[in-house]
Amino acid sequence: MSDQDINTNAGNDAATVDTAPQGPEHEGASTFRLVATLAVAGALAGLLIVLVNLHTRPIIEKYQAEQLQKAVYEVLPGVERYDTYYLVDGNLTVALPPNAKEKDYKRLYIGHGSDGKVRGVAISKGESGFQDVILLIFGFDPQTGRMSGMKVLDSKETPGLGDKIYKDKAFVQQFFDGPKLPLVGVKAGAGKGLPNEVDTITGATISSRAVIRIINDAMTEWKPVLDRGIPRGTAGSADEGAQP
Amino acid sequence: MRKTTRSEDLVRGIWKENPVLVQMLGLCPALAVTNSVKNALAMSAATFFVICCSSVLVSSCKRFIPNEVRISAYILVIATFVTLADMLLQAYAPVQHKELGAFIALIVVNCMILGRQEAFSAKNTVFRSLLDAMGTGVGFTIALVMMGGFREILGTGSFLDHPLFGPHFEPWVIFVLPAGGFLTLGFILLAMGYIEQRRRDRADKTAEAEASS
Amino acid sequence: MSEQSLFSIFFSAVVVNNFTLALFLGLCPFMGVSARVETALRMGLANIFVLTLTSISAWILNTFILQTAPYLRIISFIIVIASLVQIVEMTIKKFSPTLFRQLGIYLPLITTNCAILGLAIFQTNRGYGFLQGLTFAVGAGLGLTLALVLMASIRESVEFSDVPEVAKGTGLVLIIAGTLSMAFMGFAGLL
Repeated sequence: MSDQDINTNAGNDAATVDTAPQGPEHEGASTFRLVATLAVAGALAGLLIVLVNLHTRPIIEKYQAEQLQKAVYEVLPGVERYDTYYLVDGNLTVALPPNAKEKDYKRLYIGHGSDGKVRGVAISKGESGFQDVILLIFGFDPQTGRMSGMKVLDSKETPGLGDKIYKDKAFVQQFFDGPKLPLVGVKAGAGKGLPNEVDTITGATISSRAVIRIINDAMTEWKPVLDRGIPRGTAGSADEGAQP
Repeated sequence: MRKTTRSEDLVRGIWKENPVLVQMLGLCPALAVTNSVKNALAMSAATFFVICCSSVLVSSCKRFIPNEVRISAYILVIATFVTLADMLLQAYAPVQHKELGAFIALIVVNCMILGRQEAFSAKNTVFRSLLDAMGTGVGFTIALVMMGGFREILGTGSFLDHPLFGPHFEPWVIFVLPAGGFLTLGFILLAMGYIEQRRRDRADKTAEAEASS
Repeated sequence: MSEQSLFSIFFSAVVVNNFTLALFLGLCPFMGVSARVETALRMGLANIFVLTLTSISAWILNTFILQTAPYLRIISFIIVIASLVQIVEMTIKKFSPTLFRQLGIYLPLITTNCAILGLAIFQTNRGYGFLQGLTFAVGAGLGLTLALVLMASIRESVEFSDVPEVAKGTGLVLIIAGTLSMAFMGFAGLL
C-alpha cells in the first residue's frame, strides 16, 4: 500500500522531473525558448519580490528595533536612554568602521539616567538550553555588579516545563531584585541567603541553570573590556575613564 | 473521464480528497505547526494565499510554459509567492512569523501545491483552477485546525490561548511536543478509517439484505 | 558565525533534534519508503549526499550572493536544490545504473523532501559557518537515516503481527513514529 501511495505522489514528480530541462540533449521546443521562458519568468518574479520587499522592509525593521528597545528598557529600569556600543578591535565604540556590517560585531547597550550618568549595561547572549538555544538579554549596574533585570528573547524550551524560564514570574523576578554577579544557582530553599544566589526551577533545572550560565558566561566574556572602563560619553565620543 | 462541474472542483478538496487526511500531502507543516490553533491558522492562511495565487498564475500562463520546463516554472511561481507571503507575514504578523519560523519557506516544497498545478491548473481555466485551489486550501485549513485544536486543547488546556478547563486541569504536554503531532494525526486517521469501515459494513449489510429479500 | 561547537551541532542533529522525529522534516520518504530496511538505508545515504551538497551550496549562496538580496533566498535555494538533484540523478545513472534502478523514483522525490530545503534554511537562520554547516548536514542526514532504518525495521516486524484493518497503512506508521519520537525525547538535555 505504501508503494501505491508513493506512486500517486511520485507519479507527478517522477514523470515530470525526467522531462525537466537540462541542456542540449533536448528535443521539442527549442532550447532558446525554454531558457527564455524561464528567464522571463525569473525576471518577473524578481521584480515582484523586490517591490514587495521595498514596501515591507521598513515595517519589519521598525518592529525589530522597537522590540529591542522595549527589551533593553525592561532590563534597565530607571534608564532614560541608551547607546549601542560595538566591540571593534577590543574597544567599545559607538561608530562602526566604514562599510562594516552591523551584525558582525558584538555589542552591548549602555544606559544613561536623566542625569546623564551611566546607569546600567545590557548584554544579550544565546547558548544551548535544554531543547535548543536560549537567547536572553540582561541588565546590570557596572559599578555595583548587581543585576537589574533579565528577559528571555527567544526560547524553544519544552512547553509546560522549560518554558517556565519566562512564564514563572517568581523566577524571572529574581533577576530584577539585584542579585550580585556572578550568579550561583541553588535549589529553591537550599540557599544560604548569599547575595549572588538565584533559585532554580524545580522540574526545569536544566533550562533555569542554562539561563544562569548564559548570564555568567556573558560576564566572563565581557569582563576584560568592561574592566577597562565604561565609556561615559554620548554618541560619537568614547571617553574611557574610571568611574566617579 | 467525465468533466467535473465547477462546484465539484471547489468541494472535492475540502473533504473527499482532502490533501492532508486523504492524499497524505503536506505532512511536514501539518505536523510541525499544529501545536496551537493560532499557528495552524497562520500557516493555513499563508498556504491558502500561495496556492490560490500560484494556481491562478499557472493557469493564466499555461500557454506560454513549454512542457519540458513546466515543473521548474511551477516551482518558480510557488517560490515567488512563498517569498511574498514570508515578507508580508513578517511585516504584519511578526509574532506568528517567528513561531512558524522556517516552515513558511517550506511551503515551497509542500507537494500539495505542486501537485495541484501539475494535475489541474495546467489544464484548466483560470476560474476553475482558482476554485480547485480554494477547495484544496480550505481542506488543508480544516485538517490543520482539527489537529491544532486537538493538540492545543489536550496539550495546554486552552483554545486560541483562552483557557478552557480551569486551573486544576493537568495538560497532556506530550501533545504539543513532536511526538504528539505524529500521534494526533495517527489517531485522526484511525478514527476516519474506523468510520469508513463502519459505513462500508453497513452498506454491505444493506446490499446483502436487499439481495436476499 | 554561530558559537555552537561542532560536536554539539552534530550530536544535536542526529539525536537530540532529529530531523524527522523532532523537526518533522523528511516525512514524505519516511512515510512511503520505509517498509524495508535495505531501501531505507539507501534512501538515507542518498539524502546524506544531497544534504552535504546542499549545505555547501547554501553556504556559497549566503556568503557571496545573497548578502545583497536576502529576499531572493527561497527562490535561489530551491532552484539550486532542484538542479543539484537533477545532476546527482544524471551522475548516478551514468556511473552506477544498478543503483539508479534500485533508487528508482525515490531520487527525484528528494527535491520535494522538506529536509533538504529545511537544512538550507536552518543553516542560514542559525548563522553556521562552512564547517559547521557541513557537520550539520552530515548529522542531519545520519539522523534521517537512523529514523528511516528504525521505522523500516519496526515495520518489517509488524508485518507479521495481527494489526486491525483500520490501522494498517499510514495510521500505523504515524503511531510508530510518535512512539519513536517519544523515545528520542530521552536524548534531550544531553548537551
